[in-house]
Amino acid sequence: MQVPMKPLLPAASLIALLLAAPAAHAYTAYVTNERDNTVSVVDLDKQAVVKTIPVGQRPRGIAIAPDGKQLFVCASDDDTIEIIDTKTEKVVGDLPSGPDPETFALAPDGKQLYVSNENDAMVTIIDVASRKAIDQIPTGVEPEGMAVSPDNKVVVNTSETTNMAHFIDFATKKVVASVLVPPRPRGAAFKNDGSEVWVSSELGGTVTVIDPVAHKVTHTIHFTVQGLRADAIQPVGIAFSKDDSLVFVALGPANRVAVIDTKTYAVKKYLLVGQRVWHLALTPDGKEMLTTNGLTNDVSVIDVADLKVTKSIQVGRLPWGVAVSPQ
Amino acid sequence: MSSTVATRRGFTPGQYLICLSGIVWREALRFTRQRERFVSALVRPLVWLFIFAAGFRQILGVSIIPPYQTYVLYEVYVTPGLMAMIQLFNGMQSSLSMVYDREMGNMRMLLVSPFPRAFLLISKLLASTAVSVLQVYAYLVVAWLWGVDLPPWGWLTVLPALALAGFMLGALGMLLSSAIRQLENFAGVMNFVIFPMFFASSALYPLWLVEQSSPVVYTICRLNPFTYAVELIRFALYMEIDWVSLAVVAGMTVVFTLGAILAYDPSRGLIARRGGGPG
Repeated sequence: MQVPMKPLLPAASLIALLLAAPAAHAYTAYVTNERDNTVSVVDLDKQAVVKTIPVGQRPRGIAIAPDGKQLFVCASDDDTIEIIDTKTEKVVGDLPSGPDPETFALAPDGKQLYVSNENDAMVTIIDVASRKAIDQIPTGVEPEGMAVSPDNKVVVNTSETTNMAHFIDFATKKVVASVLVPPRPRGAAFKNDGSEVWVSSELGGTVTVIDPVAHKVTHTIHFTVQGLRADAIQPVGIAFSKDDSLVFVALGPANRVAVIDTKTYAVKKYLLVGQRVWHLALTPDGKEMLTTNGLTNDVSVIDVADLKVTKSIQVGRLPWGVAVSPQ
Repeated sequence: MSSTVATRRGFTPGQYLICLSGIVWREALRFTRQRERFVSALVRPLVWLFIFAAGFRQILGVSIIPPYQTYVLYEVYVTPGLMAMIQLFNGMQSSLSMVYDREMGNMRMLLVSPFPRAFLLISKLLASTAVSVLQVYAYLVVAWLWGVDLPPWGWLTVLPALALAGFMLGALGMLLSSAIRQLENFAGVMNFVIFPMFFASSALYPLWLVEQSSPVVYTICRLNPFTYAVELIRFALYMEIDWVSLAVVAGMTVVFTLGAILAYDPSRGLIARRGGGPG
């Protein structure tokens, strides 16, 4: 039984609350609604949906350009990645993603997109400026999660059926290493300092920490939520805090986000969010982590400093991914 | 009667204060001497929190209802209900002590006091409310150690709600105590007042859940003043005022208090009509 003991007295928290100024931000979050074929535009100040943008069929993976001017959305059933102008909030173009794009990663400079082509066992590299596919790299069966190293030299792709994390060298455009991980790897994320890659395994119910230089597994993290069967724990989305001290892992049907300390590799806390929590995104100031909760049609807001869920905001049906504007 | 009224006018506020502090002091003494009472008042909700809430952990988290901004664990949901339960038991227990006092003859000491009867009864209610508020905070500390997250300001904003809810439940207990003639009948109070009030309320499960399974029970819950005490406390804990609950609890407080004053009025009260107890 887990009994979290809190060192602070309520009086101390009262004082802390008095001293803490309310967080001021004007960020906008964009959420793909898989069943509604829309993107919800959420004002994080008002904590409400301010606009709904119609997009292609079955929108899933989403990312925003580093300058915040363009939004990229996988329209899986339309076999394309749509470009949305964030000013006009309209679809302004397409990228040749190949069939059934589920998710992708955007290079840190925003110049390339790395797309998983689930049916072709390929990773497609798209040049954003020319809107053309510039290369295709064969990887494992059913490629899924994508992550780009902060220096833009290495791309990690997970394959759901081969159960591997493939390390692709961007210069040679070749898979340089494949690391075996527990079944059905879904998400991958580089630590902000590039020293580790974390990969979630949906069926394995674990998160694997990989050294991206030695290509070796260094840690495996397991989850147990009081009162939940082990098979309800299906890790998917992974996101680091701004200072790399914490990792947030969405546990799918467990309706929890696990918070892991990156020093001890131990789970610090499980936060209750909506049902089937899928993907995560951090606000640029690093203060709030957003989660998409597919079955309850909302986005939960986690206060990163307090590790508390402060609000759940209704969006469209079956929210899948989320991206936050840089401004 | 008219002569007593004349004497009553003769009391200074200071004298009233002495009388009030005497009654509060006696209640406080009784409270500190009866450690078991304090422990049992604490254990009761904790049993619910540790055991019942552990089993029900998964049933909630499916819907967001005001005043919550997001999904909450069952132990968080049930906390205001358990706070109100402490006050409900305390209110009934102080009514038990009224019966005890009456049987033992202590009450005569109180009731022969030259102060107005209403003042004496309200003093007694204030004393029992203060005790119940202390018990609630003791519970809150344990719940907090257990990991029940509450907003820090809520600890403060809940105080007026607790005072009002405690007073209402105390007044209800006092009104009931006038109708109980023997200590043994307290079991009846448990069966016919405490349990139905507690279970047919929003303390253990949100009303929308009750409505889904039984509209009749839902209506009963809606008519139960205890539901409004729970909701008043719940909203106050999140720094909000639920006006409907506030109105109902305030209204019922007035009704129960007037009823108790009337019932304990020697010339008109229920006690007199039934031939009176030893008090």
